[in-house]
Amino acid sequence: MFAYYLQLGLRSLRRNPMLTTLMVMAIGFGVAASMITYSVFRAVSDDPIPNKSSQLFVPQVDGWGPQQNDNGEIPGALNYVDAMALMRAHKASRQTLIYPVMLSALGRDADSVPTSASGYAVTGDFFPMFEVPFLYGSGWNADEDDHRAADVVLTQEFNQRMFGGANSVGKEIQFGGNTYRIVGITKHWNPAPRFYAVWGEDGFSEAPDFYVLLNRMLDLHIDSSGRNSCRGNLTFTGWDQWLQSNCIWLMPWVELDTSSEVAQYRQFLTSYATDQQHAGRFGWPANVRLLDVMAFLTQQNVVPPESRISLIVALCFFVICLVNTIGLLLAKFMRRAGEIGVRRALGATRREIYTQYLLEAASVGIAGGLLGLLLTAVGMSAVTLLFDAEIAQLAHMDLSLIALTLLLAILATVAAAFYPAWRAAQVQPAWQLKSN
Amino acid sequence: MMQIKPILSALRRHKAGTVLIALQIALTLAIVCNALYIIHERLAHIAEPTGVDEPNLFAMANLWGEQYTKQQAAAKIEQDLITLRQLPSVADATPTNGYPLRGGGWDNFITMKPDQVDKTTDAAVYAGDEHFLRTFGLKLIAGRDFNADEVRDMGLREAVTPPVTIVSKTLADRLYPKGDALGKSFYSMSSTPITIIGIVDTLHRQDVSTWSAPYKGQSLIWPLRLAQPMGVFYVVRAKPGQLADAMREAPKALYAENRMRMFPAKDGLVDYRQIRQEAFERDRGMAILMGVICVVLLAITAAGIIGLTSFWVGQRRRQIGVRRALGATHRDILHYFLTENLLISVGGVAIGTVLAFALNLWLKQNFALESLPLIYVLSGMVILILLGQGAVFAPALRASRVPPIEATRPA
Repeated sequence: MFAYYLQLGLRSLRRNPMLTTLMVMAIGFGVAASMITYSVFRAVSDDPIPNKSSQLFVPQVDGWGPQQNDNGEIPGALNYVDAMALMRAHKASRQTLIYPVMLSALGRDADSVPTSASGYAVTGDFFPMFEVPFLYGSGWNADEDDHRAADVVLTQEFNQRMFGGANSVGKEIQFGGNTYRIVGITKHWNPAPRFYAVWGEDGFSEAPDFYVLLNRMLDLHIDSSGRNSCRGNLTFTGWDQWLQSNCIWLMPWVELDTSSEVAQYRQFLTSYATDQQHAGRFGWPANVRLLDVMAFLTQQNVVPPESRISLIVALCFFVICLVNTIGLLLAKFMRRAGEIGVRRALGATRREIYTQYLLEAASVGIAGGLLGLLLTAVGMSAVTLLFDAEIAQLAHMDLSLIALTLLLAILATVAAAFYPAWRAAQVQPAWQLKSN
Repeated sequence: MMQIKPILSALRRHKAGTVLIALQIALTLAIVCNALYIIHERLAHIAEPTGVDEPNLFAMANLWGEQYTKQQAAAKIEQDLITLRQLPSVADATPTNGYPLRGGGWDNFITMKPDQVDKTTDAAVYAGDEHFLRTFGLKLIAGRDFNADEVRDMGLREAVTPPVTIVSKTLADRLYPKGDALGKSFYSMSSTPITIIGIVDTLHRQDVSTWSAPYKGQSLIWPLRLAQPMGVFYVVRAKPGQLADAMREAPKALYAENRMRMFPAKDGLVDYRQIRQEAFERDRGMAILMGVICVVLLAITAAGIIGLTSFWVGQRRRQIGVRRALGATHRDILHYFLTENLLISVGGVAIGTVLAFALNLWLKQNFALESLPLIYVLSGMVILILLGQGAVFAPALRASRVPPIEATRPA
C-alpha cells in the first residue's frame, strides 16, 4: 500500500509540474539557507574540548572594583599579582597560566632571515590539562617550570616549516635571539574556538607555532602580544612596575575533577579576595567567579553576532517557505476533490486518504531535501563570502549535516501537509459525485 | 469602485488560503524590512571615511628579529625611516602603533578632571611623529602639527603621557561641543593634563567592532615613537601612482639595511584595499546574505501567491462564467481578483508591521541593532503590496478570459 501511495504521489506531482517545482524550490531554498547558516553556527558554538569541558575552569578575581570594572562584570583575565598568587597557592590538581607571545624564529642556517612565530607562554600543566596530543616527545614538568628551563614545544605545522617535519626533539631553535631546547612536537591541535586563550582574541585563528615556558618568558621580559587592559591612572615606567599594576593580561586555568573540588576552589577564591580586601589592596568586597569552559565562552561572547543573526533570519526564512508550502499543498490537494470523492465512494477510508496525501507531501519533502542538499553544497563553497575566512573554513558538510538536511526537509514538509491532508480527508464523497 | 462585501464573503469560504497568504505576507514583511535595515547599517559602516589618503598608503608590520633595548630600537627606527624616505617612489613615512581600520589597537579613557572616576568618553590612541599628519594625508583644520623636538620615545611598558596632542574633530567636538577645543586640555589615565594643539578633520579609529561604535571617529595622536622590543608599524605614503613600486621597494630596502626583522605573512604588508577588505569582511558578508535572503524570500512569496490564486481561479471558473453571463466585463473580473489580493495584502501588511517591530525589538536587545526607521517598514509595505498585485495579475488575467459559456458547464 505504502509503495502504491508513493507511486500515486509521484504521478500526481508530475501532473502538476509548476506547483511541484514551486514547492520543491521553496523547501530546497529554505532548508539550504538554514543548513548553511547552521553549519557555521555549529562550528563556532561547539564545545571545543567535549570530554573535559566540565572539569576545566577559569578563576576570575575582580581587581578593578565596582567603580572601574565593566558595569559590574568581572574582568576576563588576571593581573600579574593575582595570577601569581593563585599559582603559588596551588589549590587545584592542575593549573596553568597563559599569555600570547610573538617571537622571531631562526632556523639552523645562520644567514637565514628570521620568520615571525606566534605562540603561547604556558606552564607545564598546560599539556596534560588540555590533553594536547604529541607527535614526538612531550611537554615539561613542574620542576622545569621552577628551574625556568629554556624548553619549547613546537606544533606539527611549525615543525614542518622549520625542520621539514623531522623528529626535532632534542634539537635547538633560536627564538628572539635566545636558544631553546625542543622537548616535544604536538600533533595538529587547534580547538575551535581556542577556548584557552579566547580573552582578547577572536578564538578562531590559525594554529599557533609553539608553546614556551612561561617563567622563562617573564624573566626575559617578553611582552604579551595580545590584549592588555588597565584602569585608572597609569603610573608604571617599565616592565617591573607594569607587573605590579592593575593591568590584566594573563589567562589562568585550573582543573577540578569533582564538584567538591569546585566548591573548595570557589571558597578559596572568595577567601583570597577577602584577604586582599583586608590587606587594603582591594577597596571592595570579594567579587570572584569560577567558570567552566562553556560558561567562559558564553561570557566572552565567542559566537560572532553575525552567525547568530544569520541563523535566526535563515530559520525565519524557512518558516515562510513552509507557510508557502502549506498553501500550495492545500491548493494542490483540493484541486483533486473530485478524485478524492470517487476514491472515498469506492470505499477508501479517511485514514487512507490522509496517509496517501501525507506520503505525497513526503515525496515533495524528499525532492526538496535533495535540492536543499545540492544548494547547501553550493552555498558551503560560498561561505567564505559571508563570514571571515577563519570561521568559514570551520563550516563543513559531514554525514550528520546531510542527514539533518534531508530529515528536516521531509519532517517539515510532512508537518506542513497535516492540515491540507486533513482537509483532503474531510472531502464529502456525496457532494463531489453529485456535482459531477 | 468594486464592491468589497462580496469579496469578503467569498474569502470567508477560503479561510485557510486567505490566512496562509496573509501570514506569508506578514512574515515576509517582518523579515524583509529588518534585513534591509541590517544591509543599510552594514553598508553605512563599510562606507565610513577614514580621513587618510587611502589610495597611496600602505602599512608594514615591522617586527624585530632581535630583542632590542629602547635606545637600540629608537636608533633602528631612525635609520629605517631615513631609508624609507629616500626611496624614489616614497613621499613620506611614519612609525606608528597602528592605522585606521586595522582592528583592535590602543584606546584610552578620557576624562575632563584628573580625579574623575567615570570616563567622559573613549578615544583611539595613535602614536605618531612629526611626519604622521603628512604621511597619512590628514587635514589639519586648526592649530599646528607636532615639532620634531616634541616627539618622545616610548619603551617597553612605559606609561608615557605627553603634554600635547592632536585630536580628531569628532573627539574635539565631543569634549568641547562649543567648538573651542583648541588650546584646551583633558586627561587620559594620568594626573597630568594634555593640551590640544591641533585638530584634524577626520581620523577613523583602529577598531571597527561594535563595542567602539559609540566612540566612532574619536581619535587622538600623541607625539610618541614606539621604541619597543617587539616592533613597530611603518605607514608609508607612496608618490601618486607609485604604490605598487613603493610596496615592492620598501621591504627590500629595509632588509638590505638590516635583515634581523620580519614582516609577518598575515598583514605584514598591506595597502588600504586589503585593509578595508579585511576590516569589513563580516559586514559585507552580512549584507550579501541578507540581500540574497530578501530576493529569494520575495520570489517565493510571489510564487506562493500565484500558486494559490491560480487554484482559486480554477476552482471558481463556473462562478466567473455566471458573473460574465450576467454582464460582468473582463475588467470587472480582473478588478475582483486584484482587489481580493489587495485586501489580503493589506491585512498581511498590517500584521507584518507589528511583527517587523517585534523582531526589531528583539534584535535590538540581543544584537545592539538600532531602532527600525519607519521608512523601512513603509517601503516594505509598498514592495509587498506591489509584489502581491504583480503576482496576482497573471492568474487574474486568466480569470478575466473565462468565457460566459462556462456557466453552463458542470464545475
